[in-house]
Amino acid sequence: MNQLSIRSLTKRYKTGEGVTDISIDVKKGELVTLLGPSGCGKTTVLRSIGGFLEPDSGDIFIEGKSVLKLPPEKRPTGMVFQGYNLWPHMNVYNNLAFGLKLRKKSKSEIAAAVKRVLELVRLPGAEQKFPGQLSGGQQQRIAVARAFLLEPAVLLLDEPFSALDAKLRHELREELRDIQASTGLTMVFVTHDQEEALSISDHIVVMNGGQIEQMATPQEIYDYPSSLFVAQFIGKMNFVKGVADGGRVHMGGLAFDNTKGLQGEVAVAVRPEDISVIIGDQAGDGMAGTIHQVMILGHYAEISLETACGPLKAFLPRDQVRDMYAGQHVQVNCAKVLCYPSA
Amino acid sequence: MMWYFKALGKRKIIEFILLVIFAVFFMGPLMNLILLAFTGKWQYPAALPQSWSLDWWKFVLAKDEVVKSIGLSFLIAAVVTALSILICIPAAYAFARIRFPLSRMFLFSFLLTHAFPKMGLYVSIAVLFYKLGLMNTFAGVVLIHIVNTLMFMTWIPSSAFRNVHQAQEESARDVGASPFRVFWHITFPMALPGITVASIFTFLNSLDEAQGTYLVGIPDFRTMPVVMYSIISDYPSTAGAVFSIILTLPTIVLLLAAQRFVTADVMSSGFQMK
Repeated sequence: MNQLSIRSLTKRYKTGEGVTDISIDVKKGELVTLLGPSGCGKTTVLRSIGGFLEPDSGDIFIEGKSVLKLPPEKRPTGMVFQGYNLWPHMNVYNNLAFGLKLRKKSKSEIAAAVKRVLELVRLPGAEQKFPGQLSGGQQQRIAVARAFLLEPAVLLLDEPFSALDAKLRHELREELRDIQASTGLTMVFVTHDQEEALSISDHIVVMNGGQIEQMATPQEIYDYPSSLFVAQFIGKMNFVKGVADGGRVHMGGLAFDNTKGLQGEVAVAVRPEDISVIIGDQAGDGMAGTIHQVMILGHYAEISLETACGPLKAFLPRDQVRDMYAGQHVQVNCAKVLCYPSA
Repeated sequence: MMWYFKALGKRKIIEFILLVIFAVFFMGPLMNLILLAFTGKWQYPAALPQSWSLDWWKFVLAKDEVVKSIGLSFLIAAVVTALSILICIPAAYAFARIRFPLSRMFLFSFLLTHAFPKMGLYVSIAVLFYKLGLMNTFAGVVLIHIVNTLMFMTWIPSSAFRNVHQAQEESARDVGASPFRVFWHITFPMALPGITVASIFTFLNSLDEAQGTYLVGIPDFRTMPVVMYSIISDYPSTAGAVFSIILTLPTIVLLLAAQRFVTADVMSSGFQMK
């Protein structure tokens, strides 16, 4: 049985935005990310699960029961927002205890639970502090702790780390993954940051224009983006024009199998790390090109190339670029390409 | 001597002069008032009174009318504040949270009572009160005070409510609080500083109101400011000074209490149109 099931959810706003016919299944203990540009409807889906939005049609099941008729306070969900989660007039203890008090738990029970959850989010002893005395990262930790404390069937996170700086975001991402692994909590995470989505998710749902573009594991989404949009949105990608001709796709002197059976002009996508570069201008099995720029970016280098099919960027290991310089003639090859009907 | 001013710098000197002017302008009349209140005999051109006395204090405090008016003023101010809170807090919440047509127009309309000369407004209200039999009644005086306080009590709390973020209310719903509990435990306490400031303003405003009370409350409902008018016109200025101090005291005490809550932030955000 699925922990969370969304069935043909539709919600349209007067502005024309919204979501259409969204169906998602989340298994118990999974972390599923809704990923997409702003306005793609990911937050609409999340808020519908939490009960803060009433969908036009469709249904939402949590642990097999429809929650559509329940107000937010009756739903077995916990929500963490992007910011302004905490109540500034209460200290951390009261912020955390608020939900438990509403559930008429005893004082000693609440104190023990608060202590335990503060250790889980690595802020032991913070009970007496007020939100104003905490940093942004600490506040978000407390917000996660508060949602977590009530043992929700599904934890909903609405871009919880996007207001924080890159380093902290990275840290909290790891912590969240740790908490998830140790507690087996089911989570739905909304983000527009593809790197964040790739790094923490069991499954990613890529959304665009109110619809699901692709639903798969991070590996699969990175390796086999199902549409041109996903290919553009996830990771770095080169796009060049190619021509499909029967069983082959031709691209600037290189040819690949036409696995999708495309016709005519096609869009070819190549990951920068799938491009190999060999110094020299003797005709080989690659395509001729010229190096435009060499940028050393730490453990790898980014090479800008001019080729017969247009500009390309390649990521190469540091030791391969030692003898490369701008203006050099090279042979370029692609280990793997993805073809799409041209837009 | 010059080296000292040079070391100090032009800027500092100008600042100091401005401060002195400021202090004289604000503190001067107050000092004069205090001196006058304890004066026995003070004739021009002496800089200080020739003799001191508490006679006028005894005189003012011995007058029945004065003591009665103090009690009445505080009673009216308390009732006005309580009623304003009851009427305006729900309105302020609605202005902050609910988008309804012409909401800005409505909010703006609360300024209107402050746009006209007060006396004209009061006279037209008095005409209405005559028909309704509200002249020379407690209710009439309270109503005319509320006309003045509506604006504070709606604008400032409304902005205080707006400063409570949606996510903060929704988080509370999410952990299991009903809408009513959310308001009571989250929204209201967070807006409380703004509401407190508005209430203190309302209380002081009612305590100070003279024109409307004079028109509607005479002869039975004479508050402190109304009594002060007659004392100033009937007795020497010394009596007026004593009474002014009595009238100022609650203001100072309340403002000191309010200082905890009054921040420039609360004040300025109270007058934003959103």
